[in-house]
Amino acid sequence: MNAHVPQQLTQAETSLIDAFGERQSLLPGDGEVMVRRDNAVEALKAGLPTKRIESWHYTNLRTLLPAVPGFDPSAAAKAVTPVIEDSTVVSVLNGASTAKFPTLEGVSFARLSDKLTDGSFAPALDLYGADDAIGALNTAFVADGVFVDIADGVELKKPIELQNVQAGGQSHVRLPVRVGKGAKAVIVERQTGEGTALTSSISQLTLDEGAEATWLIVQEQPETASHLAQFKAWIGKDAKLTLFFLNAGGKLVRQEVVVATKGEGADFKLRGVNLLAGDTHTDVTMVLDHAVPHTTSTEVIRNVVTGKARGVFQGRINVHQYAQKTDAKMACNTLLLSDDGEFSTKPELEIFADDVQCGHGATVTEIDHGHLFYLMARGIDEKTARGLLVKAFVAEVIEELEDEQIVETLEGKLDEWFATHG
Amino acid sequence: MLEIKNLHARIAEDGTEIIRGLNLTVNKGEVAAIMGPNGSGKSTLSYILAGREDYEVTEGDILYNGESILEMDPAERAAAGIFLAFQYPMEIPGVATMEFLKVAMNAQRKARGEEPLKVPEFLKLVKEAAASLNMDIAMLKRPLNVGFSGGEKKRAEILQMKLLEPKLCVLDETDSGLDIDALKIVSDGVNALRSPDRAIVVITHYQRLLQHIVPDSVHVLYKGQVIKSGDKSLALDLEANGYAGVIGEAA
Repeated sequence: MNAHVPQQLTQAETSLIDAFGERQSLLPGDGEVMVRRDNAVEALKAGLPTKRIESWHYTNLRTLLPAVPGFDPSAAAKAVTPVIEDSTVVSVLNGASTAKFPTLEGVSFARLSDKLTDGSFAPALDLYGADDAIGALNTAFVADGVFVDIADGVELKKPIELQNVQAGGQSHVRLPVRVGKGAKAVIVERQTGEGTALTSSISQLTLDEGAEATWLIVQEQPETASHLAQFKAWIGKDAKLTLFFLNAGGKLVRQEVVVATKGEGADFKLRGVNLLAGDTHTDVTMVLDHAVPHTTSTEVIRNVVTGKARGVFQGRINVHQYAQKTDAKMACNTLLLSDDGEFSTKPELEIFADDVQCGHGATVTEIDHGHLFYLMARGIDEKTARGLLVKAFVAEVIEELEDEQIVETLEGKLDEWFATHG
Repeated sequence: MLEIKNLHARIAEDGTEIIRGLNLTVNKGEVAAIMGPNGSGKSTLSYILAGREDYEVTEGDILYNGESILEMDPAERAAAGIFLAFQYPMEIPGVATMEFLKVAMNAQRKARGEEPLKVPEFLKLVKEAAASLNMDIAMLKRPLNVGFSGGEKKRAEILQMKLLEPKLCVLDETDSGLDIDALKIVSDGVNALRSPDRAIVVITHYQRLLQHIVPDSVHVLYKGQVIKSGDKSLALDLEANGYAGVIGEAA
């Protein structure tokens, strides 16, 4: 984190450090787990990252998060209806996982608190780099979450929806998932809640050889919540991951995506939609490591910005020296609907191999007047015509997911957002 | 039905005057052809009728059923029954053609105080119209005009016209990019819409289209004015002798 020790801690920093002192004895895990918690708190004492830290340049966490709400054991978070009908739902409410899990053949669920208590989860708490502020915050306070293991060869017929619901106060959650050899799964990560809240949530996905997963992050926090999230994935040999995220809420949101291809033939697709409104700040930061030869990735992000919203996409692709024949493409397109909205894009390609194909592109546009005229010339009023064009802009990315049920669900989410913000 | 009186208009962005005192009257039931060399203002006239904001009317008026339409936006004009078949229909990625047709038809119905169409009713209308134009219904599941050939785009325009049942149809160079078979199909589609309470304005560079859509009147547009009007024989005269003679006469 920040090497420079600030003169004076902010209210947020002081509250976090004090909260750790108070909660330390209540947190599950000792030994290796506690060592990591202590290190994480040391990092917090150095202050939250400022724009002087390169990876936080567009999101000055120290100023954007001046204060944090306390822990509120009485916050009554309730499970929500899954976005895709018939999903198997597992909820984490106010930071605590349900004690009873559904029965699903070939899938085992466990409370993360048990894995922290027995210490087996300790190595998975390691930070991924010096500037891993979200990892540090989460490691210090994580008390629970859900651990999901999908056995080798299991093909899930229905999605699993992992819900993290926070009704005010603070929570720090982990959602580790393993998809076994040749297994197939659709997983929905639902981030929602109400009230003034701070959540940190880290998903950790391991895809074994030949596994295929579609992971959908649906983030709809209220405009009073700060949401700091990480999605980390390791993609094995010939395994395929499609990650889709929808950010449609939150006052301050940072969604980090940290992915490594670990075996030849690994494929990663990232598709994301940021729907940004009001006086909010949303940052998606991706670090993708092509660590072995013959792996592929494509990233397409579409943003709609209205009101005084600010958005950020940082996409960093590292192609390691021996990762020859890497094929990576990244695009980030923004539709600006207001004069006060803004979106910053920073693509970074670090290529140490010499036989690779890598490209990136970014655009910022307004609604095409020719398109608008065409629609209006058929009798569609201006507001409806604009709505159609905005929806079309993001729907293109959603339709790439192909699965009809998923596409319909996500388009329904778009409609909900446009109904309130369009 | 349509009266254009001493119309002057310019490009809003740079002030270039394109229409310079244009007068034209088209009656109910009439098919009027507007012909003219490149750059005479034909397409500009069609855009101004549809209400495109890129052009500014500086003088004169356009009356539709006796009332000025200059203050109406494109959607209001369309709802009032004015339809422009574009020379270059827009490709709009992400908007499915079917969805677009449904929204457009229902928007116009709503503006007229009618109930929205029920899905089976809507599908039936679209299927019938598509069949009459020899269009594959599968094409309509694709995004609007995206990947359509030139001919397919023109057919899609006529399909929209059939479905929206406008009172004043303006066809801008509908023949461009059509082979002879497609031209026949599109023309038949237009002819089927001829009716005593509908006016059709056919803008074209060539006489070819007018062999299929036979006009009641022909008007020659040059430098933003109608310099000569006549019946269908005027088109044949232009085909045989070019525009030079007519232009010379007017000058």
